[in-house]
Amino acid sequence: MFAYFVRRLLAAIPVMLVVALAVFLLLRLAPGDPAAIIAGDTASAAQIESIRVALGLDQPLHTQFYLWISRLLQGDFGTSLISQTSVMGMITQRLEPTISLALAAIVFTVLIAVPLGVIAAWRQGSFIDNLVMSVSVVGFSVPVFVIGYLLIQVFAIELRWLPVQGYRHLADGFGEFASRLVLPALTLSSVYIALIARMTRASMLEVLKEDYIRTARAKGLGERLVLFRHALRNAGVPILTVIGTGFALMVSGVVVTESVFNIPGLGRLIVDAVLARDYPVIQALILLTAGLYVIINLLIDLSYALTDPRIRY
Amino acid sequence: MKKRTPALARGTLTRAKRLATLGLAGLLSLGAQAQTETTVHAVMHSALRTLDPVASSATMARNHGYMIYDMLVGIDADLNPQPQMADWTISDDGLTYTFTLRDGLIWHDGTPVTPADCIASLERWASFDAGGKLLMENTESLSAIDDHSFALTLKAPFGDVLGLLSKPSAVTAFMMPEEVASVEPGQPLPNQIGSGPFRFIADEFQPGVQAVYERFDGYVPRSEAPSGTAGSKEVFVDRVEWIHMPDMQTAVNAMNSGDIDYMERTPFDLLPLLDANPDITTGVLDPLGMLTLARMNFLQPPFDDVRIRRAAQLALGQEDVLAALVGDPRYYATCASVFGCKVPLATETGGESLLSGGDPEAAKALLDDAGYDQTPVVILQPSDVGTLTPQPLVVAQALRQAGFNVELRQMDWQTLLGHRANQGPVSEGGWNMTISNFAVDGIWTPTTNLLLISDGSVFGWPSDPEMEALRDEYALALSDEERSAAAENVQARAMDQVTFIPLGQFQNVTAWRNELSDIVTGSVPAFWGMHKDT
Repeated sequence: MFAYFVRRLLAAIPVMLVVALAVFLLLRLAPGDPAAIIAGDTASAAQIESIRVALGLDQPLHTQFYLWISRLLQGDFGTSLISQTSVMGMITQRLEPTISLALAAIVFTVLIAVPLGVIAAWRQGSFIDNLVMSVSVVGFSVPVFVIGYLLIQVFAIELRWLPVQGYRHLADGFGEFASRLVLPALTLSSVYIALIARMTRASMLEVLKEDYIRTARAKGLGERLVLFRHALRNAGVPILTVIGTGFALMVSGVVVTESVFNIPGLGRLIVDAVLARDYPVIQALILLTAGLYVIINLLIDLSYALTDPRIRY
Repeated sequence: MKKRTPALARGTLTRAKRLATLGLAGLLSLGAQAQTETTVHAVMHSALRTLDPVASSATMARNHGYMIYDMLVGIDADLNPQPQMADWTISDDGLTYTFTLRDGLIWHDGTPVTPADCIASLERWASFDAGGKLLMENTESLSAIDDHSFALTLKAPFGDVLGLLSKPSAVTAFMMPEEVASVEPGQPLPNQIGSGPFRFIADEFQPGVQAVYERFDGYVPRSEAPSGTAGSKEVFVDRVEWIHMPDMQTAVNAMNSGDIDYMERTPFDLLPLLDANPDITTGVLDPLGMLTLARMNFLQPPFDDVRIRRAAQLALGQEDVLAALVGDPRYYATCASVFGCKVPLATETGGESLLSGGDPEAAKALLDDAGYDQTPVVILQPSDVGTLTPQPLVVAQALRQAGFNVELRQMDWQTLLGHRANQGPVSEGGWNMTISNFAVDGIWTPTTNLLLISDGSVFGWPSDPEMEALRDEYALALSDEERSAAAENVQARAMDQVTFIPLGQFQNVTAWRNELSDIVTGSVPAFWGMHKDT
């Protein structure tokens, strides 16, 4: 398995290089000028040009790419064009809120969606099955920001059980940290609960028709053991895949939830950087996101061996 | 680059006393904080991203500047220059301005403010600001006289020295330490040390998320009452946090729940949600507000022809634009003055059609006379700025009714800024018209109004030597009467050449929790003077 792990990591290097080149070129070809943004909306053409020269944006593209990639290979992501602060520092500041939110949302998703999917499959065609499927359609269909506003209205403004917005670091105390994560995590997980409940149900339905399930029941095993030990474990591969890619999606694209709940995470940083044409920040974030996808896909592949003993690497 | 020496090392009794006072103030402050720390949580209209208020003309960079820096000359609520960091005398021949720094001025690191710092700051400001450049072109020398005073000597009498030094909008003449003022554009400032009423807490700065300031206990305020950017800037709260909320609905929820104390600009459509809360006050803190205006590209057809620019101006009526933009008539008024209204130089000469709803028939006739060939008029429309999105729609419709062939191009604001710098034809990414909002306190004179510059350097790129001569006439005028007459001529020329089209004036509405009191009014969001009940 270790050799497989190393092979997969080495295979990621050309992927990352292609991503680096593509994102660099795309950004330079896209309209917009960071120098104009820095100079402000009342700057003259001469002021904008002097800033462009100072930032090195007047250099040929190959020179800019060479400078960026050579710094990158030394682990230096560069400095934000707009705020003149370290890109790595900016990303580090934003990492904890996003990871916390994504993890909390995944926990909610797994705790709610998997049992719902199992029960819906177990009682296929029943009222509870129809209810779970109907609720999951709502989860898919209602935009995330609407769910967020509804949760804020009910639990933060009317009932005053939870804060309206904001993020507190774990170091500031678990109570404050957790209370500010509940609503955004529930909001973010709504789509994934719907997706994974349906995926679990479909996967379980296939497995429940298998002979070994009939055998397990014939042996006199309790229904709980049949469902959760025999059926769910065998149905786990596609569910794990969706959970894994869902986590990667949450880390890289939770901008709406972060905006509605004012959480200073990576999603907002990406959008801010794109709007400001802050090239070094966008490049670093896309590279990191690509790396995250590579690693999560690898971990998902490795986890298959844990749930399905037939899979060997 | 000069290395500044801490005041105590210089061994002067005065400076030692100053530091001792600073230390004692710090100790007292610590004691006070142990009892109760007052923090104002504020949502500003945009996020702070750039920290150089001289190199950037972004309004948030300017607001940041007012927190940590100070100016030689402030401007009061009636737009009169007033002493702030310095008092001044003017020689009988009007050529020499001697500025004397007031006692007690120190930087946030405890070193004293010197004339060398101020001279370097003025030189840096002038390299970025068009008005500053004009001043320096008319300046013979800037030289230190002693540790507390310096002289600005003019080549010839120049009437707008104090007006330029006190102008409150970008680019503002903030005083910085010499080592900071020596930094080239595009390069990061070495530190955020100023001499203003607040200290910047760099460790807590998250670009696009939050900026944190703490009261500078070494700040010695003026004795006069606060007025505009002049007078006392005494701080009565311990800490100010600017929190950026990209979603305005979230900000309103946070105001209602008490998470936020102050919201600089409230979207007009969300105002009822705040007005319904008895714990919140809403109001206009900046009575001058903003002038919304249309700027045409003088380099490309069809607006390279003054007759077609005049036809566009005739086609537009301000009331329609303002109703679409603001909606609530309490917060807008028609205004055809290129300097904005409610300011001393306001004059609406030549803007009659704008005020009366436009004259599409006259516009059509003028287009026919000019032989307009249906060349498309490309109007840039930002899709992500609430106060800039409605105007292009209304303007486009009015132009179409007058016979123009109009094409709206939607894009985000930052992309628009990039497009706007393109001087080329429409087929190569150029443009014909764009709408902007300018703070009236930044455009209220011919020298500070960037859009009146007609030497081909400012977007739209008008080139009009006669306008330049009129602007110089204003800058050199020595009496109020001469200045008013010169401004009247500038207005007439601007309307005749359609340098830009004023589309009306509107005010932003600020909301604050009732725990806040004594909020200083003016165009700059002031956190000095403000009290917060805890």
